[in-house]
Amino acid sequence: MATSTLRPRTPHGRARLIAAGRAMQPIRDASGIARTMLWTGVGITGFFVVLALFAPLLSRYDFNDYRANGVRFPALDPPSGLHWMGTTVQSDDVMARVIYGTQTELKVVIAAVVMSLTLGVPLGLISGYFGGTLDRALVLVMDALFAFPYLLIAIVIAFLLSTSSIGGGILTAAFAITVAYVPLYFRVVRNHVVSLREEAYVDAARALGARPRTVIRKYVFFNVVQNVPPIATLNAADAILLLAALGFLGYGIQPSQGAEWGYDISRAVSDAASGVWWTGLFPGIAIVLLVTGLTLVGEGLNETINPVLRQRRFGHFEFDEREPREEALLEG
Amino acid sequence: MVLILLTLVFLLLRVAPGNPIQAALGGHVPEQYVHQIEHKLGFDKPLLTQYGDYLWNVVRGDLGTTITDNRPLSQIITQNGAATFELAIFAMLIAVMVGVPLGLIAGRNRDTPLDVGCRVFGIVAYATPVFFLGLMSQLVFGIWLGWLPISGQASPTTQAFLQTHTNILFVDAIWDGDGAALWDVTRHLILPAMTLGLATAGIFIRLTRINVIRTLRDDYIEAARARGIAERRVVFHHAFKNALVPVITIVGLNLAILFGGAVLTETTFNWPGIGHELVLYLENRDYAGVQGIIVVFALVVVAVSVVVDFINAYVDPRIRY
Repeated sequence: MATSTLRPRTPHGRARLIAAGRAMQPIRDASGIARTMLWTGVGITGFFVVLALFAPLLSRYDFNDYRANGVRFPALDPPSGLHWMGTTVQSDDVMARVIYGTQTELKVVIAAVVMSLTLGVPLGLISGYFGGTLDRALVLVMDALFAFPYLLIAIVIAFLLSTSSIGGGILTAAFAITVAYVPLYFRVVRNHVVSLREEAYVDAARALGARPRTVIRKYVFFNVVQNVPPIATLNAADAILLLAALGFLGYGIQPSQGAEWGYDISRAVSDAASGVWWTGLFPGIAIVLLVTGLTLVGEGLNETINPVLRQRRFGHFEFDEREPREEALLEG
Repeated sequence: MVLILLTLVFLLLRVAPGNPIQAALGGHVPEQYVHQIEHKLGFDKPLLTQYGDYLWNVVRGDLGTTITDNRPLSQIITQNGAATFELAIFAMLIAVMVGVPLGLIAGRNRDTPLDVGCRVFGIVAYATPVFFLGLMSQLVFGIWLGWLPISGQASPTTQAFLQTHTNILFVDAIWDGDGAALWDVTRHLILPAMTLGLATAGIFIRLTRINVIRTLRDDYIEAARARGIAERRVVFHHAFKNALVPVITIVGLNLAILFGGAVLTETTFNWPGIGHELVLYLENRDYAGVQGIIVVFALVVVAVSVVVDFINAYVDPRIRY
């Protein structure tokens, strides 16, 4: 019965399939540099996903193994046949930590992006569509948060959570990153909704007597959500950097709970003074590669989905060229 | 906006579980002593009164005193803030000097190998965490080549003999006309500033590029070309100038991001800046210190955005306030 799952049974379902196909069209049509960027990025990211999924098969040791067959690994051993990327002060195998680090990194980032989407997008939709006091209050708070260095927000949240009983795990780190990114999604979605709200087709839907819920779900949501994939991908890249920064400062994943590249680099700083390079170099390269991969995907998507290039990189660099009409709406 | 940030910081640190005083002083402090400090800091008052007191103090310019080492925040600002300021200014200079020209080249030569090269450089520069770049530059230039010092703001002798006028060592050295000190301070500055600057340059490349592309598409560029103005002149006089206006805004807004990076750079290079202090106070669970420093960051971010608005109005005659 495999075919029946593929074939849409209702006209509604078929419409949805066609819509999905149409949404993929720009990606198929992508050409030139955008295409190369997109696929290089997909390749690099895919490599890390494979690394994360098959970590136990690919890595010779576990991330906190410091011995095998009853023999303790030498500490700070340079890369060799036994330890391709050398070992750390604690006799951990650097390569195992890099490979298992991929798991941690991806888990946290996926959790963080999903969480910020589920918080930021609905808030933006509601705030933008209904306007009023709620909108003004939310915009005020979000703008204040947005102007603030988001690394600091994440540090403070991670710090507060780590002092409580929750401790520093994957969810804590993901939550700290989420708080830092919600304002971004909120702003992008809200500003788009505000301009969509006055479109003729939204007006028409309202005039036909559709409830706000229906209008948002059927007419506004799908128009807004198009902007999300590039932002979410670029955001994921940024989240890796943020997680690594948290780990570097000691507020990320606790070392016993998983390997994390940023934390490993912070350990490597003291090794560097004695000329030990392998403990820092390999986790660092992993970060650079994964972030580059995700950024390439994001930029590629950006250019293929949005040839007008109206949505650029993160909201940080986007100008709010609010039209007077919108300004008036904002003022109430 | 400052008010909102102040409120958020205040609430966050108050709802946090655990007794901040006990946390700051470690577990084994007599109950009575804790109460005494609580009373001194006003932690035993109702939350609303605390909030009022706190706001009033900030308005009066009193950001409080840290719990662990009893330093007034004003002292942290003048001493550590100066170090951060020095680092941030030089990093920003490097970021602009590297990022803007590369962005102009890339935007001008869109979709050529030159463009791709600049963009890839930009993406990789952005993808490299500052602390990783810092670590590697420490290894190469500090340890292997031995050219530059890898930690601190100046060598101990310089720090001991240099007169303080502004607390910005670079300025102090010039002030005194002390060549040796200036050389020493500059040598200490190179690696941290390069690291932070390059990491920020990636953002500028992307931004400048987009703005150049956008501007080159505008009607007045077409018009200028139609009037037979040399391509060189069109690009330099008409396009680049206008493309750079939004970049100024972003340079300003990026200061916030730069501050985030400064925390990491300062930690990597042991640079005695305000971000370095923040990490120390976080480690010691000193809520007053953390709160004060975050408020300082907030004030600076707001102040910068106001300054950027003024610069914009000056550069772009269409904007008037």
